[in-house]
Amino acid sequence: MSTATAGWLQAGLLVVALAVAYRPLGDYLAYIFTTNKHWRVEWGIYRLIGVNPDADQKWSTYLRGVLAFSAVSVLFLYGFQRLQEYLPLSLGFPAVPADQAFNTAASFATNTNWQSYSGETTMGHLVQMAGLAVQNFGSAAVGIVVVIALIRGFIRSRTEQVGNFWVDLTRACLRLLLPISVIFALVLIAGGVVDNVAAAHPVTTLAGGHQVIPGGPVASQEAIKELGTNGGGFYNANSAHPFENPNPVTNLIEIFLLLVIAVSLTRAFGKMVGDKRQGYAVLAVMAVIWVASVAGISYFESGQHSAAAAAAGGAMEGKEVRFGIPASTLFTASTTLTSTGAVNNAHDSLSPLGGGITILNMMLGEIAPGGTGSGLYGILILAIVTVFVAGLMVGRTPEYLNKKIRPREMKLASLYILTTPALVLIGTGVAIALKGEQAAILNPGPHGLSEILYAFTSTANNNGSAFAGLSVNTVWYNGALGVVMLLGRFLPIVWVLALAGSLAAQRMVPASAGTLPTHRPLFISMLLGVVILVVALTYFPAQALGPLAEGLH
Amino acid sequence: MTTMTTQLPGPVRRHLAALRALLVFTVLLGVLYPLVVLGIGQLAFPAQAGGSLVTADGRVVGSSLLGQAFTDARGNPAPQWFQPRPSAAVNPDNKNDPGYNPLFSGPSNLGPSNPALIKSIDARRAAVAAFNGVPPASVPPDAVTASASGLDPDISLAYAYLQVNRVAKARGLNPAVVRALVSVHIQGRTVGILGEPRVNVLDLNMALARLH
Repeated sequence: MSTATAGWLQAGLLVVALAVAYRPLGDYLAYIFTTNKHWRVEWGIYRLIGVNPDADQKWSTYLRGVLAFSAVSVLFLYGFQRLQEYLPLSLGFPAVPADQAFNTAASFATNTNWQSYSGETTMGHLVQMAGLAVQNFGSAAVGIVVVIALIRGFIRSRTEQVGNFWVDLTRACLRLLLPISVIFALVLIAGGVVDNVAAAHPVTTLAGGHQVIPGGPVASQEAIKELGTNGGGFYNANSAHPFENPNPVTNLIEIFLLLVIAVSLTRAFGKMVGDKRQGYAVLAVMAVIWVASVAGISYFESGQHSAAAAAAGGAMEGKEVRFGIPASTLFTASTTLTSTGAVNNAHDSLSPLGGGITILNMMLGEIAPGGTGSGLYGILILAIVTVFVAGLMVGRTPEYLNKKIRPREMKLASLYILTTPALVLIGTGVAIALKGEQAAILNPGPHGLSEILYAFTSTANNNGSAFAGLSVNTVWYNGALGVVMLLGRFLPIVWVLALAGSLAAQRMVPASAGTLPTHRPLFISMLLGVVILVVALTYFPAQALGPLAEGLH
Repeated sequence: MTTMTTQLPGPVRRHLAALRALLVFTVLLGVLYPLVVLGIGQLAFPAQAGGSLVTADGRVVGSSLLGQAFTDARGNPAPQWFQPRPSAAVNPDNKNDPGYNPLFSGPSNLGPSNPALIKSIDARRAAVAAFNGVPPASVPPDAVTASASGLDPDISLAYAYLQVNRVAKARGLNPAVVRALVSVHIQGRTVGILGEPRVNVLDLNMALARLH
């Protein structure tokens, strides 16, 4: 069988697996965020936290909960890293420097998992487990509960309440992320992923040399790292490391995990709004973008579409033999279209246009299918813009899911859409203008600009993958990218929850003959058009100077 | 809730709740969850959880998942062993590090148009061709490129077969015997479609060592 055929069958198998999980997981998601029943252990947790689980919150109270939890998380994780040398299982590593500890704390609490450190020489086992991995759950749960609040905005009417943050957070962690993580952590161990608490120990190799075999509680982190679209690797090589991702089967499982919640959330959305077709329509847009991206990156990585690939006879620089081109590009497209940012190959060494597509994937706002929760709220914002544009065309008040899209809703949607490009383009511009920050570039020419553009795109969109040639462990980059991650995460959440409150306060308007149906192919193609026109074109000049200039050279 | 906390101002109360939530989750998800997985993993799959270690003559020589260097004392590739791919997992402070250093896992991060990368690809091609006594055009891509982890345990079938004659000569073996050994160490695509066909270099070299 040819490599290309096997590659497409592999992608097909992934799609089948996602399709099988879609209904049960989507329905389960809808159930856990709509049921009134609390588990006994949840009662205990609410008592410990000191909150009343049956008190619904206004959007602003809900938002304050999100922000308080995240702020405490950042501070706690910062302190944890700074005190590492005094803690058990530190493996003898010293405290993480202040700038890097801030960057890492911001990174993990925002679901970004940008890493300016190298895991095997910086973080002890305890910080990895009880510090970083807890945020892998927490930040993923925050994304999910924010979109659930937004969905409640659509289905509730004339109320101020959008749910209870503490209840949603606890259920997302306990009922969703934890059980799936346990199952798949064990599956990954069976597949060869390591899980122990050994320190790195030396062996004499077959040829008489020396090699150090690292250890660590890797599988438990690997599962939630992918499932929660976090992406922070236990080891520096991330999911390319054979101890994190030992074979093509674990590779496919990891890709499945990083897609499955975001995909199934569209089902939960359809179910919660009482019209499953609404979920299918959104999923269709996601699927079209995902397939196009997989095809595009695969095309530019197969054959010889770069100087290096031509010299080597194939684009294997920065790729593993067990994955080859197809399993690498499938991972690359999926990780940059979600907010995962785990990598199983070196994105910096991708062909210019293949690498350009990974940047474009993130620039689209990671909506196909996007991060856990954040992907769905991103595309729902674009859906609102789409009905607004359609409304302008026919001269009617736009509506989406029986709610009017008024100036207030449009202002919030516009703020959402403007936030990330502003962070990316201003950040990249400032970095390019500073001599010292230019010096961090590894590769010459337009590729150097791409490295910086990638860094700001990845952090502003909370992706976390990197064109890792850029030396980002400097005080300036740690600080600037840390701030970008925080703003890129929490400003959009402010807009989304404000929107949820605004929608919940409205009464339902019955659909009329003038209402644009938002589940038909017409709407799906308009939404696609809006994604491309509104989002992608914002970045065109930056793309032209970086990846396009290099690729068309 | 105690009466004292209810009297605190709203923001303080909220952040205390957040802190308590984080602590509860840290115990549940940061301690219990990894320990449960660790315990079950160690009991049910001790070999995998421990790093798929392999032994030769009763001593651990490495992990079948991690590539390792097969170099002589001076750091040159040893002709009697199948050679792995170039590796960027090198301690930057150690000039004699042959690569495959798991403390420094990672790729080269060289861009696809970087002249430095093109130069090293050309140099590797010439070196591999000379070392194996084959035409430069026959050297496959994986032999001249560094992997993503720097620890790639595998090579392509083409690179394995290309090394057969040189290994056989260095060991005084019949090339047909060595070629047959390569053939039985080929791992195909899983269920016919997942991943790429490959040969695990450490497994192959261990089998080679057992031939004598």
